[in-house]
Amino acid sequence: MEEIIALKEHMVEEAGNIKTWFKAAAVEDFPENGGACVKYKDLQIAVFNFTRKKEWYACQNLCPHKMQMILSRGMIGTQGEEPKVACPYHKRTFSLKSGECLNAEEHKIATFPVKIEDGYVYIGFSK
Amino acid sequence: MRIIIVGNGMVGYKFCEKIVAKFGPGKFDIVVYGEEPRPAYDRVHLSEYFSGSTADDLLMAPASWYQENQIKLVTGEMVTEIDAEKKTIQTHKGTTDSYDKLILATGSSPFVPPVPGVDKDGVFVYRTIEDLNDIINYGEKIKKAAVMGGGLLGLEAAKALLDMGLETHVIEFAPRLMPRQLDEAGSSILKSKLESLGIKIHTQKNTSEIAGNGKVTALSYADGSELDIEMLVISAGIRPRDEVAQKSGIEIGPRGGIVVDNYMKTSLNDIFAIGECALHDNMIYGLVAPGYEMAEVVIDQIAGEGTREFTGFDMSTKLKLIGVDVASFGDPFTDPEISHTIVLEDKIKGIYKRINVTRDGKNLLGGILVGEASEYNMLLQMVQNSMVLPPNPEDLILGARGGGEGGALGGVESLPDEAQICSCENISKGDIVKCITEEEITDIGQIKKSTKACTGCGGCTPLVADLLKLTLEAQGKVVKKTLCEHFDYTRQELFDLIKINNIQSYDKLLDKHGKGDGCEICKPAAASMFASIWNEMILKQDTIQDTNDRFLANIQRGGTYSVIPRIPGGEITPDKLIAIGRIAKKYDLYTKITGGQRIDLLGARVEQLPEIWEELVAEGFESGHAYGKALRTVKSCVGSTWCRYGVQDSVTFSLEIENRYKGLRSPHKLKSAVSGCIRECAEAQSKDFGIIATEKGWNLYVCGNGGARPQHAQLLAADIDKETCVKYIDRFLMYYIKTAEPLQRTATWLNKLEGGLDYLKEVVVHDSLGIGEQLEQDMQLLIDKYECEWKKVVESPELRKKFKHFINSDEQDPALKFESSREQKVPVDWNK
Ligand code: SRM
Ligand SMILES: Cc1cc2nc3c(=O)[nH]c(=O)nc-3n(C[C@H](O)[C@H](O)[C@H](O)COP(=O)(O)OP(=O)(O)OC[C@H]3O[C@@H](n4cnc5c(N)ncnc54)[C@H](O)[C@@H]3O)c2cc1C
Ligand code: SF4
Ligand code: FES
Repeated sequence: MEEIIALKEHMVEEAGNIKTWFKAAAVEDFPENGGACVKYKDLQIAVFNFTRKKEWYACQNLCPHKMQMILSRGMIGTQGEEPKVACPYHKRTFSLKSGECLNAEEHKIATFPVKIEDGYVYIGFSK
Repeated sequence: MRIIIVGNGMVGYKFCEKIVAKFGPGKFDIVVYGEEPRPAYDRVHLSEYFSGSTADDLLMAPASWYQENQIKLVTGEMVTEIDAEKKTIQTHKGTTDSYDKLILATGSSPFVPPVPGVDKDGVFVYRTIEDLNDIINYGEKIKKAAVMGGGLLGLEAAKALLDMGLETHVIEFAPRLMPRQLDEAGSSILKSKLESLGIKIHTQKNTSEIAGNGKVTALSYADGSELDIEMLVISAGIRPRDEVAQKSGIEIGPRGGIVVDNYMKTSLNDIFAIGECALHDNMIYGLVAPGYEMAEVVIDQIAGEGTREFTGFDMSTKLKLIGVDVASFGDPFTDPEISHTIVLEDKIKGIYKRINVTRDGKNLLGGILVGEASEYNMLLQMVQNSMVLPPNPEDLILGARGGGEGGALGGVESLPDEAQICSCENISKGDIVKCITEEEITDIGQIKKSTKACTGCGGCTPLVADLLKLTLEAQGKVVKKTLCEHFDYTRQELFDLIKINNIQSYDKLLDKHGKGDGCEICKPAAASMFASIWNEMILKQDTIQDTNDRFLANIQRGGTYSVIPRIPGGEITPDKLIAIGRIAKKYDLYTKITGGQRIDLLGARVEQLPEIWEELVAEGFESGHAYGKALRTVKSCVGSTWCRYGVQDSVTFSLEIENRYKGLRSPHKLKSAVSGCIRECAEAQSKDFGIIATEKGWNLYVCGNGGARPQHAQLLAADIDKETCVKYIDRFLMYYIKTAEPLQRTATWLNKLEGGLDYLKEVVVHDSLGIGEQLEQDMQLLIDKYECEWKKVVESPELRKKFKHFINSDEQDPALKFESSREQKVPVDWNK
């Protein structure tokens, strides 16, 4: 079986460089104020629906702490204005804007832009 | 000015931290050379590397910190020469560099005695992360290990070996353990405590040879005896790293160490030495706190102020991590001419306490605590601040008799402002109070950030917490434990708000009483309150639940889940046992009997959970709520039905209790047990509520706890009938559910409850608040609304859809990986 790419390297996909918009699933498939995991090629992407704020975020599904494919099952929320996700395992929290770890010295995670069109959720990739 | 620091250990790092804190980054040209491959790390907490801390967790500061503060850090490079005339240094890679001031912070290396065989495979020292990696790797292949040296560090190493699952021996040359800190009697209690943990202690053993062909297989002693071992960790003291200094003509003490004066100056101009390599007044200080003080003195010199002197340092220590409290402070031994000694010794409980008091009974000189050291911080304060003792100094270690809070020690309020609270960072009570008032601080995390208190050994944290509370109270601020940044209320206040305003959803709660978008602290806390008040199906609001509750199963290493069906009282029919076996086999699940008298099936993929539960429900099983902050198990013993001693039917009663409270959600998990007689085979006295049969009825105990801080449950009511017992439990549980903090077990709740057990008895048994009936009704409402959550999920296609790994594919998570162990599957170790 193909090894899944872990995305250990931090990257922030800026909306400007996007080459591919991947149509992930319908808006109503995602839980409200929560996340779900999207498969794109060999990547696992965590996508979060901030229903209250009417905002969407996406990041790698892999938690860099113990290398677990889990962030989509994490609880979301804010720290001040910063949208964040908390890993279910040991509650490391990550900013969904910068990918920065907010409460420990953990590696940054990769984040991706999300757009909604005609009731569908799209994730942007630069390659 | 260009400053070069040789050595990037704890003290070398602290020097950098303190100098930028004082002058800001960039004021000096600072270069640090460290021989180790990584930036300075916390050696004091090195042993935590065994219990899961990573090398990164231990770093004093990441490499980026040095950059941000304009300090050039060169790791993996050893300084080999100093030319004091030309003011240059040279490294083993041939780099030359010049300085205006040179700071030697080269630390020390473990002393390895010249015993034949020390170079054999399997012989290690205990100082760096690399040493620990070697020990861990070698330790995986063997069963028996020994530590040479029964001092502070040796015992810490021994505990680490024991925790690795090895048979562990400690070999000490002296007639007793920790000879420099403890007296005969204290050592002997420590010895028996360690032996009861499983460590084997051999004192008065002079090792003459480390035997073995290439790798160590045994130790031979001078007295002719032998001990078979497969690994040896040497912890026989330290040797200051003075080799570069010596080579460069700097004065060295007769037994090693770089000679320094009160300003940390060495014998050559503009060269200082600090930390474990410095020899001050014929003394090497093997602790961090004096090293940090030395760094401070040098910075004072560099600043040109030059008044601060190093005049020796208190060597009081509290041992950490070995599973027995041990502390030695001030002068532990003292001369009977100038002092008299008060001793408390309890061989059965394994407690030894000694204090040395001046002849006039006014001041404390020092002492020893073994087996229980909770008074350590306050006693140390009394020595360091020469505080006047109470009229009966024995109360200091006996605890005041005849009631009264806190014993004779008083609290932080009785300390003078100069009292040193954090000895690692040398921070006084006055400093902390000032920081709290000036910076308007309200939590301990902010104090840590601002003052660095509690960031060293952490021993002062309880004192700092008390000080924070006191200072805030003195300012007239109510010390309120608000939930988090999104809610300015305590849990108890929110509980009432939810109930009075009939709030059923998190969104509504946030709109009405909170701000922002919530977080991982307030969401599960609110979820728990909704469940304890309304008892609605929790998946109605699945995204505010902790992962375990969201998927109604406990998440495990690697990303699979465990399944624990309820087996009330631990009673199960053979048919049901077979059903569990059949289902486990079908889904290839790892099975294990839990500590709670039931069966855990581990390794289920998220999308398998509904299928597995469908089969379990069909066989008559219900959710065991092992994932929830909820009632877990009510353990039982066989009781009077079978047991020749049993006086009541404990199994039936435990089943009734478990079925009554199953599904009950609370601030933390709830555990119970019912024993059929005083022999207590169900361990009821370690439970949140426990019941023990008597000739006349039942005794009800409450607020026991296992876990990290075990506590025995206390008797709430004696010889009561079943009906009364259930009534009291209803009231007790509901009262706890309403008033506890999030994630507070009943034991900690009781410890914090004003008035303690007596007050609880008043409320529950004598109904002093007049809320007894209300509490019973609230409980009845929850009981009436009970439904098995898994049954609901199994029957609802809508809910079943939530159990999937990918939202856009039916594939399973390709990242799951298993290996096999003793004929069952297990997840691959996440450290690999
Ligand atoms: C499975 C089991 C170990 C076993 O294989 O035997 C277990 C497993 C876990 N325990 Fe436990 N505990 C188990 C019995 C116990 C016991 C013994 C008992 O209940 O008689 C205790 C001590 C008694 C007590 O709680 O007072 C115990 C004290 C803890 C604690 C410490 C609680 C405390 O107050 O300090 C934790 C941590 C926590 O809850 O925060 C914990 C946490 C955990 C967690 C939930 C850790 C986690 O979050 O993943 C483990 C879940 C593994 C899983 O998914 O199955 N477990 N745990 C036992 C399940 C019993 C059951 O049938 O439900
Ligand atoms: C397991 C363990 C537990 C401990 N527990 C406690 C405790 O509970 N409380 C307490 O107070 N203390 C404790 N200590 C002691 C404490 O760690 C030391 O006092 C402290 O680390 C001393 O700091 P230092 O900077 O002087 O030396 P070190 O931390 O040893 O740092 C010196 C550094 O300099 C480097 N170096 C040496 N020579 C050169 C050179 N020529 N060129 C470049 N680099 C060089 C070394 O490689 C090393 O990295 C413990 C120690 C250990 C090993
Ligand atoms: S099961 Fe309990 S004791 Fe064992 S590792 Fe998990 S939390 Fe620790
Ligand atoms: S695996 Fe994510 S915090 Fe530990």
